[in-house]
Amino acid sequence: MIAIRPAEPADLSAISALDARLTGQAKAIYWQETLARYAGGPPERHFLVAETPKGGLVGFIAGEVRAWEFGQPPAGWVFAIQVDPRLRLKGAGSALFEALAARFKAQGVTHVRTLVDRKDHLILSFFRAQGMVAGPSLQLDKALS
Amino acid sequence: MKLQTATRLGLYATLELARDPTQTLSSADLAERFGVSTHSLAKVLGTLSAAGLVQGGRGASGGYRFTGNRRRTTLMDVVALFEPAPGNRAKEPGEDTEIGAALQRVLTEIDEIAEATLRSVSLETLLGSSCAG
Repeated sequence: MIAIRPAEPADLSAISALDARLTGQAKAIYWQETLARYAGGPPERHFLVAETPKGGLVGFIAGEVRAWEFGQPPAGWVFAIQVDPRLRLKGAGSALFEALAARFKAQGVTHVRTLVDRKDHLILSFFRAQGMVAGPSLQLDKALS
Repeated sequence: MKLQTATRLGLYATLELARDPTQTLSSADLAERFGVSTHSLAKVLGTLSAAGLVQGGRGASGGYRFTGNRRRTTLMDVVALFEPAPGNRAKEPGEDTEIGAALQRVLTEIDEIAEATLRSVSLETLLGSSCAG
């Protein structure tokens, strides 16, 4: 059984280690700063972890309600989600997403959004399976030479 | 996005059979549902069968059933069986001109977004949303 709870400063090393293992990039300072801003931060910010009954980290999700981001009405934005590959397909990712979406909904927003690398089929498929579809914005990009 | 008729039929047949993997439907049943001839569907079912997505029984009463993995198979997996891969597309007249190349960059951008979308939707996800909605 997987339990979802708000992240705490003591989760830093496990979160940082899981992310480093999955992305190949150690970002300890980034996660330390993010946890400091989100864990116990303003009510519109959320950082949740999923853990095993023995307290092992299964995954985490972070997001916040942002108002008028890119001209859009307030919406919940998911900006990070990771699940330990050894513990995937057990519903942890969905449980994290649903828990975050419930918090967004409780704050009165009607939409949840995120940005995904279009070549990252795994995470795209995950968000699709949660019912997400193309949103109202298109991301544009230009290389600066 | 414009899909060839065979691609659309391939998606219809795969999704119809994947809706209930225990069911067996004849090519005539499927053709009737989609309003096409059994002749049009025969080659499509052959392609799906060769890819391991469906399995056809023998004899006049033999039907087709879904044998793929609903969670692992994406819409792009089916589309790729019928449409040329993006890299194998035949060059269109005028593409070598400056304007043709600029236009092609826009069309490639559209294709990449379409492919990412098709690759992100599994049969399970699509059937789940169609049942819910």
